[in-house]
Amino acid sequence: MTEELDAGLVGRQIAESGMLGEPAPDRHEVGAARRRKEDARLVTGRTHWTDNHQLPGMLHVAFLRSPMAHARIVSVDTSAARGLPGVVAAFSGHDLAAEQGGLPCAWPVTEDIVLPEHPPMAVDMVRYPGEAVACVVATDRYRAADALEAIEIDYEPLPAVLDMTAALREDSAKVHEAGNRAYTWKYAEGDIDAAFRDAPVLIERTYVQQRLIPSAMEPRAVVAQSEGDHFTLYSATQIPHILRIMLAQVTGIPEHRLRVVAPDVGGGFGSKLQVTAEEVLVLLLARRLGKPVKWTESRSEGNLTVHHGRDQLQRVALAADADGRLRGLRVDLLADMGAYLMLVTPGIPILGAFMYNGIYKMDAYDFTCTGVFTTKMPTDAYRGAGRPEATFAIERLMDELAAELSLDPIEVRRRNWITHEEFPYTTIAGLTYDSGNYEAATEKALALFGYDKLRAEQSDRRDRRDPVQLGIGVSTYTEMCGLAPSRVLGSLSYGAGGWEHASVRMLPTGKVEVITGVSPHGQGHETAWSQIVADALGVPFEDISVLHGDTAISHKGMDTYGSRSLAVGGIAVVRACDKVKEKARHIAAHLLEASADDIEFDGGTFRVRGTDSGRTIQEVALAAFAAHDLPEGVEASLDSDATFDPENFSYPHGTHLCAVEVDTETGATKIRSYVAVDDIGKVVNPLIVAGQVHGGLAQGIAQALYEEAVYDAEGNLLTTTMADYLLPSAADLPEFVTDRTETPATSNPLGVKGVGEAGTIASTPAVVNAIVDALRPYGVHDVPMPCTPERIWRAVQGATS
Amino acid sequence: MARITVTVDGVTYEEEVEPRLLLVHLLRDRLGKTGTPIGCDTSNCGACTVMLDGTSVKSCSVLAVQADGCDVLTIEGLAEGDRWHPLQRAFHEEHALQCGYCTPGMIMAALDLLRDDPDPSDEAIRHGLEGNLCRCTGYSNIVRAVRRGAQTMSGDAEAVRGR
Repeated sequence: MTEELDAGLVGRQIAESGMLGEPAPDRHEVGAARRRKEDARLVTGRTHWTDNHQLPGMLHVAFLRSPMAHARIVSVDTSAARGLPGVVAAFSGHDLAAEQGGLPCAWPVTEDIVLPEHPPMAVDMVRYPGEAVACVVATDRYRAADALEAIEIDYEPLPAVLDMTAALREDSAKVHEAGNRAYTWKYAEGDIDAAFRDAPVLIERTYVQQRLIPSAMEPRAVVAQSEGDHFTLYSATQIPHILRIMLAQVTGIPEHRLRVVAPDVGGGFGSKLQVTAEEVLVLLLARRLGKPVKWTESRSEGNLTVHHGRDQLQRVALAADADGRLRGLRVDLLADMGAYLMLVTPGIPILGAFMYNGIYKMDAYDFTCTGVFTTKMPTDAYRGAGRPEATFAIERLMDELAAELSLDPIEVRRRNWITHEEFPYTTIAGLTYDSGNYEAATEKALALFGYDKLRAEQSDRRDRRDPVQLGIGVSTYTEMCGLAPSRVLGSLSYGAGGWEHASVRMLPTGKVEVITGVSPHGQGHETAWSQIVADALGVPFEDISVLHGDTAISHKGMDTYGSRSLAVGGIAVVRACDKVKEKARHIAAHLLEASADDIEFDGGTFRVRGTDSGRTIQEVALAAFAAHDLPEGVEASLDSDATFDPENFSYPHGTHLCAVEVDTETGATKIRSYVAVDDIGKVVNPLIVAGQVHGGLAQGIAQALYEEAVYDAEGNLLTTTMADYLLPSAADLPEFVTDRTETPATSNPLGVKGVGEAGTIASTPAVVNAIVDALRPYGVHDVPMPCTPERIWRAVQGATS
Repeated sequence: MARITVTVDGVTYEEEVEPRLLLVHLLRDRLGKTGTPIGCDTSNCGACTVMLDGTSVKSCSVLAVQADGCDVLTIEGLAEGDRWHPLQRAFHEEHALQCGYCTPGMIMAALDLLRDDPDPSDEAIRHGLEGNLCRCTGYSNIVRAVRRGAQTMSGDAEAVRGR
């Protein structure tokens, strides 16, 4: 067919050489378990991690970090360091004070929030251990580290502020002049007093969401270089686009002269959703010194100074009728902000505010959160971000309610959850859940788990007084994800919108470049987006490249977090494809000498309705490139872009069941089986979905059993290494049984919801519920997280003594 | 400074190194072998695992001078051109990686594991890889990949050697 095209010399050469792509074989890519395109470079070591960059004349910076939680900086003397071999420069916070600006907080959740100045390098005060107080720039990383030892610094120690409750007392030492209360945020719906008045059942509990260290495997790294008055910053970040805007604001470098690149990024889990002190400082140093500057953190630096997650004190109360029907829920949170409010620090617990009611109906809900300053590393997004904490509280409470009423925990949930006929359902927290089927997911999970059989075994072990007891934990969760409708973010005082952008470029040979504004760091977007585009345009999966993470290529985006990439960014890709097809339809009509209204598109070919006469999309792309024969007024390009702003969040849900054997004599636990049935709507790639669920489960289980960032009484972080902060290994985790039910989201054309955070949100309460369930006969009602053998043993001893 | 001779992925290098230089920094910063990443500073994570004279080591815990006269095999030397090693194929097929940062170390550690135990149980795989941390996958697919790799490599001495 191609020879009939007037495609010019180059076009003919393309056609004759066989380079011109052909329509995809008739198959549906969306839904297929495609192996990932990304893997080729990752399994062979041909990756582009930020630390790989070696540029001519590159300098290395090392930061001197405060050994104290809270102190006044009396003096810093960097002169001895500057004289050492290989040292190019050394700076204190005072040296940089005039140009370093302040780190941004983009989510001031209340009008009267306390927003302290946050200098990237401490100038007069340190407020958390690990805060950068000086730096050395040298010719290699060893010399830079050596020279830190030659910096003289005097501190005047001040009292550490560690406990949130104590921090709010009048007599507490202050982290900031304005006091230790950052904000108080409230939400209320329904008559909460009526719900609690004379309630037949009242459950009051206090839960501690321990502080976690996100621990992406790739430590942070930053490389900055100047080219005249233009700058390029490479960073191991989840948010190159947001970072560019924020760095422009902080440094004064105009946005159009600043390019930010997130190359291969080795995991994030929220920890790389940040504008870090080091990114600002490395960029300033590159500007000041006129040379490329690199910084790569050590893991112990990272444990101290990558933002932490969770750290909330949850005081919760549930009122119910005698039959277990929920009347009302009161939530009073203290959320540890750490020493400063970073990019979205204050908003994290507020994301949870909409989730404490979970999948349940109730008459009234009252939520208060107070953000508290302490002399610790600031907290911010960590996988789930506010929603795991909320889900933990409500799912623990539902198990407590079941125990109080001697009901099966499944039954008490069944009596309260939104039934599948009731969607769309506006919850007590003001969200409209568009779709779901909690009954179906639960039935499937119960069957896979062998629930009744395990209950029978539990009963038998209880009767036998087996020292190894069996516990069964239930978690029927939902979450709001796909961040986010811009107008909702606006109503919550968030600093930007929640849209996403995509471009589709049709190349002359019929190959396709997809530019996405989301910024993958392990998720597999290159593969999944290729599947979506293959179906949308009818081109082969292999003929599609997905470009991302470089603001010079992908100029517009809101990046990757909050399980938003597919439900928002994927839809932008679909919309951009629609525009390509619409442009192509008009050119195809012209080439086929037909009316555009008579052209239909199927399987990669535009056909005149009712005839065999057609042009492939590749032929149309080539014709657009040659542009020798285009209809009047039509531009010589099929390229299109689209911005998608969702009308609602999406609401994945599911039922997770966990069976744990608990040795009541030693406190040791063993997860015997774990079943996760998730409903994440339509699935683009089941292989990637299963992987996301597995990884999410691992992190949620790790919060339940292993991980905790610990500060001592002086405010020193004790868990600075992977030897002290216990990340689970393969030997610590079980095999997972995962399955799905599928209730499509109604808020987007793919029917997708999001899967990145589901496993983490659901699994923590499932595990703790199982442990407590095992120990109920011993009078145990709670075990604080992480449920270490010692804590379990103490809980048993405390209850039985 | 010390002069060392070390063979990495089949190429012999002569280098002047400070005695304190870590093998992983020699590989990454001097020889451009950036396929081997660094994940921690306490030898807990295993991301930097390479083969040193046929035994897996964490290259952050070996000095470059200790590798003098040795043969180092990194992830970059495992494939033969476009023909991936069975473990690389198995990790791809089983979706045993997400961000991929731990993958080079995980594959090298798995190779060592299979040399000692060509047909390991799932439990043996889990315990054998205890020194390699992954934050993305929850390990289920890594265990499957090692099992698949073991099946493919069975009787293939060259694959077991890593070349």
